[in-house]
Amino acid sequence: MISAFRAGDRRALSRLLSFAERREAQFPSIYDELAGARGQARRIGITGPPGAGKSTLVNALITALRKASERVAVLAVDPSSPFTGGALLGDRVRMQDHVLDTGVFVRSMATRGSMGGLCAASLEAADLLDAFGFPHVLVETVGVGQIEHDVVEATDLVVVVLSPMAGDGIQALKAGLMELADIFVINKADLPGASRVAVDLRDMLALRPFRHGEDIPIVACTATTGEGVDDVVAAVGACFERLRSEGRLAERRHARHLAQVRRLVEAALRQRIFGQDGDFAAELDEADLQRPYAAHAALLARIDAFAAVRARGKLSESLAEARPEHGSPAEGSEEHR
Amino acid sequence: MRSTPIRVLVAKPGLDGHDRGAKVVAAALRDRGMEVVYTGLHQTPAQIAEAALQEDVDVVGLSIHSGAHMHLFPEIRRLLEANGMGEVLLVGGGIIPEEDAAALEAQGFGKLFGPGSRTDEIADYIEAEFTRRAARG
Repeated sequence: MISAFRAGDRRALSRLLSFAERREAQFPSIYDELAGARGQARRIGITGPPGAGKSTLVNALITALRKASERVAVLAVDPSSPFTGGALLGDRVRMQDHVLDTGVFVRSMATRGSMGGLCAASLEAADLLDAFGFPHVLVETVGVGQIEHDVVEATDLVVVVLSPMAGDGIQALKAGLMELADIFVINKADLPGASRVAVDLRDMLALRPFRHGEDIPIVACTATTGEGVDDVVAAVGACFERLRSEGRLAERRHARHLAQVRRLVEAALRQRIFGQDGDFAAELDEADLQRPYAAHAALLARIDAFAAVRARGKLSESLAEARPEHGSPAEGSEEHR
Repeated sequence: MRSTPIRVLVAKPGLDGHDRGAKVVAAALRDRGMEVVYTGLHQTPAQIAEAALQEDVDVVGLSIHSGAHMHLFPEIRRLLEANGMGEVLLVGGGIIPEEDAAALEAQGFGKLFGPGSRTDEIADYIEAEFTRRAARG
């Protein structure tokens, strides 16, 4: 399957995306082998409240990029039901124009319990689309409120999509989305109130200079007609150039790769400590539970004793000696995004 | 029981604009814990097969009210097979005469659900099919 993937077989790509999603046992080694090819794509996060027009904007961005003969992959995430686990993945409805264009690949995924606006596999999925050779990878989140910020870690650059007539939407934006946008897009600019949103947004940015007062572009567009979408593309391009020239693109990617390893380790530790091998429920009696801090300190002391100093130094040395078992890191990591 | 949700593509091929049934079925399958990729109206067989490939679905559900089912089902299956996805369970519903449904089922398609079918039956059928496949290995 790796060679089919490398040869550009879309079926292989699609199946590997499922492997990532299902945390198949063979996925970690396949992924590690392919991950070296990632890092070529511009990875753009598209987020915003439900109904702001994220999918429609993605469709319009695909159209604009295809006009420039740029190939595009999309990862579109919609929510899973917390009750049944089912999901209705409807983002494709807005992207039908491009189904038969082999320069475009759209994959829908459900959150499957993740609460950060994406799914547990989204980072690996975006890596695969990147490694497959798409120069643009758009990652569309679920409709978000204020606290879903996984998209920051999964992408190079975040576009926050807003629309007018969403009540006093600016109030709701103060804490969360405001801080993660590299670019604001005011969609549905043909509706009354669009210029008001832009004014409010500018006021807010002036009052609360996140990120050292950096100038965050605000672009208006009407994704359904394509009006202004070229401006969005231009703003994204300019933002990439700036991030690259300031060295921040590399910083962000480095932070992303670090966070990925940290997350795998955390998930594996969690599994090791709380999973079937090491569930400590049996070791705690009712009296211990009345002193949770003391109980936790005692348990930690035991864990420390087990973990007692391993060889230090660069991991590459120990990697050369002993290949870690590939199966374990993926297990139990689902809950952890 | 499989550990991950069954993925279903719900599509409406052809030119008729009646998508109520497709939406009702999509919602019912969602409520049974399946992940339903809904593609909307006016899909060509090629679009459906390509969407199935990109989404790596286990099931393709077609809603057809145009009378073109005897052409569309075999055509979509042919395209799925060309994509290496012959294993996909192809089911359908809509205005399909009983004798046509029987003929298509005899050709190895999944079950076809005519007017009056309950959404439960559809979900049950899909679940049972995958339980059977899992048992077969």
